[in-house]
Amino acid sequence: MVPTNYYLILSAILFGLGIVAFVFKRNVIAIFMAIELMLNAVNLAFVAFSQSFGKVDGEVFVLFVIVVAAAEATVGLGIIILTARNRRSLNVERVDLLKL
Amino acid sequence: MTGALVIFFALAALAVVGSVSLILQREPIHSALSLIVVMVALAGLYLLMGAEFVAAVQIIVYGGAIMVLFVFVIMLLNAGEEERTNFSKLATFAGIPLALAVTGFIAAAIAHSSASLPAPEPSGALTSTKTLSMLLFSDFVYPFELTSFLILVAILGAIVLAQREN
Amino acid sequence: MSLLTQYAFLIVPIVKVAVLILIVLTVDAYLTWIERKVVAHIQSRWGPHRVGPHGLLQPLADGVKFIFKEDPLPANVDKVAYFLAPFLALMLALTSLAVIPFGPDIPVLGHRLTLSVADVNISLLVLFSITALAVYGVALAGWASNNKYSLLGGLRSSAQMISYELALTLSVVGVLLVAGSFSLREIIEHQANGHLGLLGWNIFGFTKDGVGFTQIIGFFCFYIAAIAETNRVPFDLPEAESELVAGFHTEYASMKFAMFFIAEYTSMITISCLATILFFGGWLSPFPASWTLTHYVPSLLLIPLGLWVIFDGLRYENIFGRIVLPGVGVVLAAIGAGLIVFPAVNDAIQGVFWFLTKVFTFLFIYVWMRGTLPRFRYDQLMSFGWKFLLPVSIANVVLTSAVVLWRMH
Repeated sequence: MVPTNYYLILSAILFGLGIVAFVFKRNVIAIFMAIELMLNAVNLAFVAFSQSFGKVDGEVFVLFVIVVAAAEATVGLGIIILTARNRRSLNVERVDLLKL
Repeated sequence: MTGALVIFFALAALAVVGSVSLILQREPIHSALSLIVVMVALAGLYLLMGAEFVAAVQIIVYGGAIMVLFVFVIMLLNAGEEERTNFSKLATFAGIPLALAVTGFIAAAIAHSSASLPAPEPSGALTSTKTLSMLLFSDFVYPFELTSFLILVAILGAIVLAQREN
Repeated sequence: MSLLTQYAFLIVPIVKVAVLILIVLTVDAYLTWIERKVVAHIQSRWGPHRVGPHGLLQPLADGVKFIFKEDPLPANVDKVAYFLAPFLALMLALTSLAVIPFGPDIPVLGHRLTLSVADVNISLLVLFSITALAVYGVALAGWASNNKYSLLGGLRSSAQMISYELALTLSVVGVLLVAGSFSLREIIEHQANGHLGLLGWNIFGFTKDGVGFTQIIGFFCFYIAAIAETNRVPFDLPEAESELVAGFHTEYASMKFAMFFIAEYTSMITISCLATILFFGGWLSPFPASWTLTHYVPSLLLIPLGLWVIFDGLRYENIFGRIVLPGVGVVLAAIGAGLIVFPAVNDAIQGVFWFLTKVFTFLFIYVWMRGTLPRFRYDQLMSFGWKFLLPVSIANVVLTSAVVLWRMH
């Protein structure tokens, strides 16, 4: 069997890579994808703990995280579409004025 | 090296390669494809841990709906290559090693804390959907109804955002 | 010998995969022949009848054409997505056949042979996952082609597939409530009512443990949503020739187009298999188990078919007609006679025979609809999916769960 630590280390690595992507990418959609990557890393940790403790609560919480990520992606991408159409660019460095 | 370890390392390597590819790709559509590979690799890992329903939901909802939404938005906005950055060199040369150091620190802390985890060994049993749903609809029924309300709010928000100004 | 039995768990699935791919690709090719002949006869014309007797060599000629045609690479395409899209579509369509049980377990050489490549207990969820991922083949093909008609066709087709995927998944929930399991094999076994045969199927709902409810609304929602998922008439606006050039596969030629083509027909086969398994009893015979004479129905069908093929071949003057067709006819008649003589083999193929009969009935209905129905306009299509099919599927779920709850007490 695979020890639980291996899953947790993988989750930490994916979370770290998500942070690097979040900080270093300029395209706003890529930044959003980095957020989804971080959420996935957390899901992996939840399921690993759920398997290790033998209870199912972790998996139930993963379902909730997935639902929340779906709702957040919907509204977030709607906002991104509007902002990108207004500023005609998907570069986050261009969104640096307080008024549109 | 048992079969489970081999599969774990293969899927873990796939997930890490996909995430690194997400960072390094210039076109956003290729980043989206890399993220889909990560999602599928994670679904494989959930299957390895016996969480069959969560693995299926991960592919159907995350890989088949949320990422399709991303791909649609990239196509609609015709997102092209990323522009050259004007980041300071300090940020690149100090930032990436620092991020790696933080990740390594967390990973080392986890690896050394194995004694403090309550150590029932992973049994390799499959979690049946029935067990999951019994818990979901008895102990967690209140968050469940709240998430349905959340989805309704998100749908309404998306419709309002998509309306044109009349 | 012990090496063979030690690695049998690896060798048997590989052999099953090879056999399955061979059979499915042949059925795909001859499905195109059936489609062209049936649509032609509906339209009062002959269809292909020159290449081989009754046009039977037409798929072979088409295959040779696809191999020898030039495979151009348009300028300024996104190479990764352009090459990935047909490969992804074909891979997903073929993978979905791995979890479908084609018949009950057969005792072979002392061991039980499972007639599915992978017997998992979430096989229905695996099929839905693959259906969910199939959207990418279409979306990436439209995007990568650097062509505004392809992009429009790809976006429309993906939006259609996502909208009908909801109704597809919800219409099956009724079956899941009644059967209590995600495993396709257990869903079939739940419909096995020995006394009533046909009536035990989910479409009629008189299952053995009394917890069944007729899933006829679920079946209609499923079938309509499935036709929309596979982009077939009447939902094929995104790939219609007269509307959008050829939609998302405009810029694909020769082998890549053949991959999309095979993927579409394979997904038709998968949907037909799913419809028979979920609603029509899979491999179960429509006759009650006590009517043992019905075990001879396969022979009763094969022997006259073989004799007809023999006599039909004698009409022709070329070698193919005079020699090969009667040969095929003799083989068919011999198989039919052999089934009567060897009852063990007859029992083993009963399940597969009924399964294939029902699958081919559904494939015929697909082709029949192509020949007769006009296509939907895109806004009619989307409003039908969201405003009619989705509420009806949800109503089916509510109704079925109410009946199952009432019957369980």
